[in-house]
Amino acid sequence: MPNPTIAAIATAQAPGGIGVIRISGHAAFDIAQRLFVPKKPLDYSQLRSHTMAYGTLHDFPSPQNQPFFDAYEAPPQVVDDIICLFFPAPHSYTGEHVVEFQCHGGMVVMQRALQAVFAAGAQPAGPGEFTRRAYENGRLNLTQAEAVMQLIAATSEQAARAAQAAMGGALSQAIDQTRAALIALQAHISAWVDYPEEDIPALQSEEISNILQTAQQDLHALIARAPRDNLMLQGINTALVGRPNVGKSSLLNLLAGYDRAIVTPTPGTTRDTVTETVQLGNLTLRLSDTAGIRHTEDAIEAAGVQRSRTALAQADLILAVFDASQPLTAEDHELLSQCDSTRTIVIFNKCDLCDISASGGFTSAPTVPLSALHGIGIPALTQAIEQLLNTSSFNPNEAMLANERQRVCAQQALSAIEEALTAHQSGYPLDAISICIEDAITQLFALTGERATDVVVDEVFARFCVGK
Amino acid sequence: MNNTYDIIIIGAGHAGIEAGLAAARLGCRTAIFTQSLDAVGNMPCNPSIGGSSKGHIVREIDALGGEMGKVADETTIQFRMLNLGKGPAVHSPRAQVDRRAYADTMKLRLEQQENLHLIQGEVTSITHCALRITHWQVTLLTGTTYTAQCVILATGTFLRARVHIGQHNHQSGPDGLPAAMQLSDSLEQLNVPLQRFKTGTPPRVNRRSIDFTQTTEQPGDENPTPFSFEEPISTRNLACRGGNLPPEAIKLSQTPCHLTFTTEQTKQVILANLHQSPMYSGIIDGIGARYCPSIEDKIVRFADKERHNLFIEPCGLTTNEMYLQGLSSSLPKDVQHQILQTIPGLEHAEVMRPAYAIEYDCVNPLALRPTLEFREHLGLFGAGQFNGSSGYEEAAAQGLMAGINAAHKILDREEFTLGRHEAYIGILIDDLVNKGTNEPYRMMTSRAEYRLLLRHDTADRRLTPHGHKLGLISNERFAQYEAKQAQIEQEKQRLASVRIIWQGKSATLFELLRRPELDYAALANHDPERPALPAEVITNVETDIKYEGYLKRQQAQVQEMLRLEHVPLPSDLDYQAITALRIEARQKLTAARPETLGAAARISGVNPADVEILLLYLKKK
Repeated sequence: MPNPTIAAIATAQAPGGIGVIRISGHAAFDIAQRLFVPKKPLDYSQLRSHTMAYGTLHDFPSPQNQPFFDAYEAPPQVVDDIICLFFPAPHSYTGEHVVEFQCHGGMVVMQRALQAVFAAGAQPAGPGEFTRRAYENGRLNLTQAEAVMQLIAATSEQAARAAQAAMGGALSQAIDQTRAALIALQAHISAWVDYPEEDIPALQSEEISNILQTAQQDLHALIARAPRDNLMLQGINTALVGRPNVGKSSLLNLLAGYDRAIVTPTPGTTRDTVTETVQLGNLTLRLSDTAGIRHTEDAIEAAGVQRSRTALAQADLILAVFDASQPLTAEDHELLSQCDSTRTIVIFNKCDLCDISASGGFTSAPTVPLSALHGIGIPALTQAIEQLLNTSSFNPNEAMLANERQRVCAQQALSAIEEALTAHQSGYPLDAISICIEDAITQLFALTGERATDVVVDEVFARFCVGK
Repeated sequence: MNNTYDIIIIGAGHAGIEAGLAAARLGCRTAIFTQSLDAVGNMPCNPSIGGSSKGHIVREIDALGGEMGKVADETTIQFRMLNLGKGPAVHSPRAQVDRRAYADTMKLRLEQQENLHLIQGEVTSITHCALRITHWQVTLLTGTTYTAQCVILATGTFLRARVHIGQHNHQSGPDGLPAAMQLSDSLEQLNVPLQRFKTGTPPRVNRRSIDFTQTTEQPGDENPTPFSFEEPISTRNLACRGGNLPPEAIKLSQTPCHLTFTTEQTKQVILANLHQSPMYSGIIDGIGARYCPSIEDKIVRFADKERHNLFIEPCGLTTNEMYLQGLSSSLPKDVQHQILQTIPGLEHAEVMRPAYAIEYDCVNPLALRPTLEFREHLGLFGAGQFNGSSGYEEAAAQGLMAGINAAHKILDREEFTLGRHEAYIGILIDDLVNKGTNEPYRMMTSRAEYRLLLRHDTADRRLTPHGHKLGLISNERFAQYEAKQAQIEQEKQRLASVRIIWQGKSATLFELLRRPELDYAALANHDPERPALPAEVITNVETDIKYEGYLKRQQAQVQEMLRLEHVPLPSDLDYQAITALRIEARQKLTAARPETLGAAARISGVNPADVEILLLYLKKK
């Protein structure tokens, strides 16, 4: 039994200039024929790849293909003027017949069009089902499929570029290379153990170490830069901390470009954690404006303070804001002591009101003078963040581990390789070593999805939004 | 005269022997037909049993109650453990045997077996029984007919066999025995898919014409490890010689082999005469082995190699015939002489039997099920070289499995198969029936994914419980086996409880044994309470401890493999209709009809993505 034909709105569930309905499956062309009346005649039996036609989309059934049309009381209504795109199998996204209706993107129109498609025989597509079919039909490997999801979720240009590189196979190629070296090593070990009479040269101990070490280094580099890559792909979780009324909310508003937080001269105005995603050069900051950390008797404010502390612990980046116009207080010092200096940038706000140089030597973290009110100091802040998180070395075209599943596989492969190295260095025979190498190879296959279990596959595809 | 049997076996080579013994021992009325009663258990090629990975198979056969290991132990004239310089997984026992003594002993074993009838006669046809469609009728050259519910084809290299020596070729089986020219026709009428394979053997030369001073002596092991788990090698060996030899004599009975090598001149002679090799001039249609290549193959394929090792091996104690391992060839006789003249020690060697190549009909094993029964012919089984394999050990293993399964069919018992994680025998049969082969299939350790679990010294642990359950291992021997396993466990526990000071630190002997640089023998002085244990118990204990971590890792790999192994594939699955599968995968799966998803995954041309697709497809159904 072939897969059922599926359909979904492929564009965002919001009003837009155009909206696309995607239909995939063996009956996709039949469904199109029932609903779509082209302006110029169209021969469905001879559709070339990537054919485009203009015409009208009707409620089911369409007048041309329904012989009992006259028997209907009211003729099927025109839903929309559309452009219809045809992708015959296997040269389509899913590898099946695919039809896309480009409609006017109104919510009502789109829903009506989709209902017509369902009435004509399609079933609603599950989450990620189109991409899953592309994977099942060999159009994409697992990391490429994940990259599609990554691209959809990308919030910055850099993240989008990285997703593009992953779809192109940047990660699979890097993994393939490591895996090929390990497979070659396995093959040599096998040949050597198999031919006792043929005096096949034993692999030199150094050679084995070299191959394993190269694999170790490659994987290690990939894993080591994963946290940084992740910052670029997912955005940087940033905690904005500081004593009340030092100007955190003003800074948030400046970065966001509009009045996101309520700013008053009264300390303790911000009680809940206010979050906002902002762009700073190539960086995406997921900013949390926290309640000012101070000792308070107010229960609600105290809860806010507790949240701030949590945000502090979990943040990739801490922007600690101090008021440069006033002497530092004991509370300021206590706050600073709670910030991990490797993740912290100290901001002296209101720098226009005083001479900042007096504050030197206050902390080992990088320091940026800034005026949130007057918009001074943002380029310096950007630079400081890039330096601190080493993001300027980020290369979107490089292989990178884009999610937890990939990281776990890479980590397990790395441990197996390290175990092989240890076994080799402590004098275990090749039998023992090859068991570890085999495990590493299996993990690398799992990483690219070529030997992924169905459980993994289910998990990957469950994370797709409907329509992709 | 009663011409009706439960099981008829065609052929009394290594496959036919094990099949016949297993079937008869399981209580079936069994007959083995052979062209010549003087060629039962013949070794037309190397006078040796075992070797890399093959030695494992022999021990597995023994653990399942087969005969090969015992008879090899009884008739061995040199015993060596191969690959001792490598890891424990690839240590492999190998025995030179006296080929006459081996064949005679084996023949007697068959003659003494209750329920088993050894009959001389060439089978010329096999057809469905006219009256009982579930039975087979076997007809001899003389016209006599026999019927049986199951027939096991173990025809070796005899079907339409042709021998090639240079440009000369003639119809003949191995060792000058007549070819079986008619049975293939009958099989073709049954639509049994036949293919044509080729194999070869080196020349035999007279011992007195060899100058041993130019060769290197290869002595046997001082402490031989027998194949059989049943009883010590010494008693058997001595009994076989018929004398009351003192223990030192065992050492003496380790007849040496000798090592020599090809030279630059050998290469020149071969290259100058390649056109006379039927392999290169295209006379032989059959496909030859990559793994046991002729000397001309080796010279051409490994052109950069200066020399190739040659082993001079005695064919027995009562003959001067010497086997030249590594010099398999199909070049003309005079060229063979020229080649010998270029080899140190063999310059004046007198050829008694020339090297030759033989081509023969065998079945495409994809037509077989994992029980070695034909998928399309109930009650018809294949075993040994007929199934496309190479080697006595591979043949014997298949014979044993086919014999057991044919008997089980008759007795209405469960099918008996072994997994790839259980035995080399499992790998052998899984490869043959699922992947097929286009050259004689030889076992190799690298074919085993779980080598460390499949060590030769664990064959009894892996398989003797199976053998006992089948009824091929006696209660007495099973009790011996259980006692040995208990000894192993007790010794492990004891080692874990004895604490000593080693290099200034306290550690148990168990912990110390884990260190790669220490072994059981090295710790003897620190372990005064140590009980006297058989060598093999010590090997087991030591390897289990030393490799514990790796064994666990391997066990985990097995569990992962079994995940797919436990997903059955319906026998009527229409792969052509699963369009998501790549075309190559559809074709390969249709040809092999694997019985589980695990077997499907191992077929070359079926990649992991195809397996996932199959899994998803099965889930949806």
